[in-house]
Amino acid sequence: MSAPPISLRETNASITDRVSDITLERPTGRLWMCAFALSFVLTAWLGAGIVWLLARGVGIWGLDIPVAWSFAIADYVWWIAIGMAGTFISGGLYLARQGWRNALNRYAEAMTVFAVSVSGIFPILHLGRPWFFYWLAPYPDRMGVWPQWRSSLFWDFSAIVAYLIVSVLYFYIGLIPDLASLRDRARTRGKQVFYGLLAIGWRGEARHWQRFETLNLLLAAMAVPLVFSVHSMVALDFSEGLLPGWHSTIFPPFFVAGALFSGFGMVLVLGIPLRRFFGLGDFITDRHIANLAKLMLAAGLFVDYSYASELFNAFYSGDRYEIAHAMQELTGAYAWVYWTIIGCNVVAIQAIWFERVRHSHAALFVIALLVLAGMWFERFLLIVSSLYHDFLPSSWGMFYPTFWDIAFLAGSIGLFFLLFLLFVRLLPLLPMFELRKLRARLDREAA
Amino acid sequence: MSAPREQGWLARFDDANALLLAVRELRALGYTQLEAYAPYPVEGLAEALGPVRNRIPLLVLLGGLFGGFGTLWLEWYASVVDYPIDVGGRPDASWPAFVPAALEMTILFAALFGIAGMLFANGLPRLNHPLFGVPRFDAASRDGFFVWLRADDPRFDVHQSHADLARLAPLAIDEVGP
Repeated sequence: MSAPPISLRETNASITDRVSDITLERPTGRLWMCAFALSFVLTAWLGAGIVWLLARGVGIWGLDIPVAWSFAIADYVWWIAIGMAGTFISGGLYLARQGWRNALNRYAEAMTVFAVSVSGIFPILHLGRPWFFYWLAPYPDRMGVWPQWRSSLFWDFSAIVAYLIVSVLYFYIGLIPDLASLRDRARTRGKQVFYGLLAIGWRGEARHWQRFETLNLLLAAMAVPLVFSVHSMVALDFSEGLLPGWHSTIFPPFFVAGALFSGFGMVLVLGIPLRRFFGLGDFITDRHIANLAKLMLAAGLFVDYSYASELFNAFYSGDRYEIAHAMQELTGAYAWVYWTIIGCNVVAIQAIWFERVRHSHAALFVIALLVLAGMWFERFLLIVSSLYHDFLPSSWGMFYPTFWDIAFLAGSIGLFFLLFLLFVRLLPLLPMFELRKLRARLDREAA
Repeated sequence: MSAPREQGWLARFDDANALLLAVRELRALGYTQLEAYAPYPVEGLAEALGPVRNRIPLLVLLGGLFGGFGTLWLEWYASVVDYPIDVGGRPDASWPAFVPAALEMTILFAALFGIAGMLFANGLPRLNHPLFGVPRFDAASRDGFFVWLRADDPRFDVHQSHADLARLAPLAIDEVGP
């Protein structure tokens, strides 16, 4: 048996004090202020982009025929994918009774909520007339029309709505007992009122706990199929299309694996600095980081297998358009993107096989960043490579990003980090009640 | 003056085991209106307090059925009754294509029903409560384990109940309310 998932020196009191002091007592550091200012500037850039888009339309992006989907859809798929790992860590590992998950699930769930919120911006703005986005929902309107139930775009809409609402509520419900801890420990009136309102009067009665635990278990059990279904729906947006490269049954599992892969990458990118700057080494131990790296490697190998299978199936099918599409990926105008993806998502992650790399946080941080970049490029290539070379040479054409394409990508990263930085300042970083429960379980097992 | 069910004695114990033993002792003495507070879910504590009514699983099931079949019904109604469109002779009721949205709504409504049920059954939100008037009760969300003997218990007697609690060697006994 390896090291326990929480240091045995910790007690109920010390867990509560250490975690809540980060939120209540620790002064706002200069580093946080700098990061916040930077994210704020990027978010403002996104805001300017949105205003400009509403004024001028989606033509401010480099969209044209034949490539009428590109950065915005790549950004959307990339962000919603990142959210998946957070739900998987809190739901899937909870069902599997992995005690080490408890230190990670709070910030992983926060990551999910913010990533899904950011991703939702893109499809709405891509509508052309975003102010009519509510036409997507079925409601009895005066026009007497309904959504197209048979369209994967409607399935996708219902998946995002369900996922956004469920992940926000799951995050909030799990926070309530910890908000009560902050309420009881806050010393200023303002904080007492703020956390008091958020904690909605939670007291920790035994029968309340029991209902709370039942609900958490059921939510976890529903969150896991939700994750898999949501990203499968995203994949169906493409595989229902007839374009070479898109029209493939491999897409749903391939998308889910890619989603978990990039999500674990983001959990590492957020967790390694969090652990360092807030001194959380006793809770997020080397073992946690190494386990996350292993999960990322496992998901990555599945993605790599999909790459191989995609190429194999293209040639095995004998379909000249599929073969032409595969050759275009390997040697065409966007071949540099393809080989970047191979470098990031296939080659770079192999280093994780070595124990020394798994215990070097700097190395893992770099690999996780490469994975995130590689997965963004993969989404981009997947969309553009099928659109720019379809069946007829007369309808081929290149895509070139504009200033505003970059603005929306950078701005969405800024908005994500802005929200995450606010979370770090205002809410408990670790689930205190779950750590107290884990501590009690370890005691019981020792006895 | 608050109602008896908002009053009583609040005793603090060392740890989860002491709390569990104390609850069992008090139940053996015939007390029924007991509440126990802990900073994390303690196994067996809810059962020790008496019969438990936990309808969350049923609510989640009902929510899921409502969301799933409700969506299927809406899709069927819209495409068969309200606005049928003939697309190349395909059936109006295309059940396989109706399933994905229904699946998502099943999960959404199951979660919504479960969450609403948990809050309702636990009497939340309730921002004020007589227990918050006991200064020591702050520890319930940190490392404090408490039993509250409510004054509406048929066996409750201000002096006798205090003595019963004191025999269990608690860390402290406080008065709740009025």
